Amino acid sequence: MSNRGKSLIAAFRSPVGKKVLTGLTGLGLTLFVLIHMLGNLSYLSSDPDAYNNYADTLLNLGPVLYIIELGLVAFFVIHIVIGINIYRRKRKARAVGYTQYKSVGQPSRLTISSKTMIFTGIIIMVFLVFHLLSFKYGTYYETTTADGAVVRDLKCLMTEKFQQPLYAFGYPIVVILLGFHLRHGIWSAFQSLGATKPRLTPMIYTIGVILAVLIAVGFLFVPLYIFFSQESFSCVLPS
Amino acid sequence: MAKNMTIHLKVWRQAGPEAPGRLVDYTVKEANEHMSFLELLDVLNEQLIKEEAEPIEFDNDCREGICGSCGLMVGGTAHGPQPRTAVCQLHMRHYNDGDTIVVEPWRAAAFPLIKDLVVDRTAFDRIVAAGGYISATTGGAADANALPIAKEKADAAMDFASCIGCGACVAACPNSSASLFTAAKIAHLALLPQGHPERTRRVVNMVDQMEKEGFGDCSNHAECEAVCPKGISIAGIATMRREYMKAMLSS
Repeated sequence: MSNRGKSLIAAFRSPVGKKVLTGLTGLGLTLFVLIHMLGNLSYLSSDPDAYNNYADTLLNLGPVLYIIELGLVAFFVIHIVIGINIYRRKRKARAVGYTQYKSVGQPSRLTISSKTMIFTGIIIMVFLVFHLLSFKYGTYYETTTADGAVVRDLKCLMTEKFQQPLYAFGYPIVVILLGFHLRHGIWSAFQSLGATKPRLTPMIYTIGVILAVLIAVGFLFVPLYIFFSQESFSCVLPS
Repeated sequence: MAKNMTIHLKVWRQAGPEAPGRLVDYTVKEANEHMSFLELLDVLNEQLIKEEAEPIEFDNDCREGICGSCGLMVGGTAHGPQPRTAVCQLHMRHYNDGDTIVVEPWRAAAFPLIKDLVVDRTAFDRIVAAGGYISATTGGAADANALPIAKEKADAAMDFASCIGCGACVAACPNSSASLFTAAKIAHLALLPQGHPERTRRVVNMVDQMEKEGFGDCSNHAECEAVCPKGISIAGIATMRREYMKAMLSS
């Protein structure tokens, strides 16, 4: 049956296509932040080299790392561009607002999280730029691990940054906002991909909320630990 | 003996599409608990006619929740606070003597305001015309048993077919999306063999039309399901998305 020769690009620009892409990229990015959070926890490992070794393994992936990074950039760009487009269209779709508006509650999923996706999203986007500048493109320190390997000392860079109150408290705020974004985002991605059934929806929603809380809380440990322990450190620049 | 109530209303008055609108305060002293919300507006209109003021325009027809003509934001909620009913089935017994209720029209760019509380919902007709139909041979009616349909499928299809096209989903949606309305029709026909000949182009064309009408995109708030007088599930929207992806892969 003909669908008027709609191109794939046109399909992805349609109201359904946009949701499918937002859901797919959203789930991909969720997986990324989950792995990132688990990786960060290695900072707290009893093995002092755990964090740097983990980072070094990633850095040594070579072309695979570039493909992953390129994929992440693409996922972020698609997710952000569509998110802003949906927000702008929403603004246009209701020129005159209501004087009074009340959500009726269940089975509605309208929450502070769902209403603020665009704002939490934009904050995370802006944060991401500073975050990459602070760490990925931050000062390159070097250290020698117990195995005698010379690796980038990202652990020391983290200690240096998170001993400063701006980082130690700014970072957790963004991470909590990320949690709010994911609280609506995870279940929403499944619904956008049509991967839901009425009987499963409450379960998917609950798992999404739990995962959102775990990711946010997981990211909180390291910066707060570094700030409150205030251990002395000295980072070494490459000679 | 019905309890007499005094109800204060703040009603959106707007003389025409381009005229400025505002909320106007009214008081109905002869309300009673057995009245429906629309009957309350009738009483108010009688009052206004006696005062030689312009009565309030609002859409209504069957007044038993099946025609989809009525639709008002009552107290900030589409069709009022009572779940699974149209505003014609909302009764004053849910309110207290002396309550103040804000009454506004559906607000969406795709539902341009005509007058007071009446909006133009023909965008829905154009979405249906884009694909919400089936091909049926004319002539004598076919034997009802000639086309077997499993009971569960018939029930599920009926749940989606129960949409009365009132527009509450659009009105309640923070994005003014018509996804629930469009999806209800798509999901209804996707479940039945009669819907199969046009299945692929139906979903593509109806989604296209929905966008052209200027409805917003869905953000999965699910507020539509909560206000729907027929309780149509957003599972239909998930079905619409699956149907759309299948249509894309099959062409």
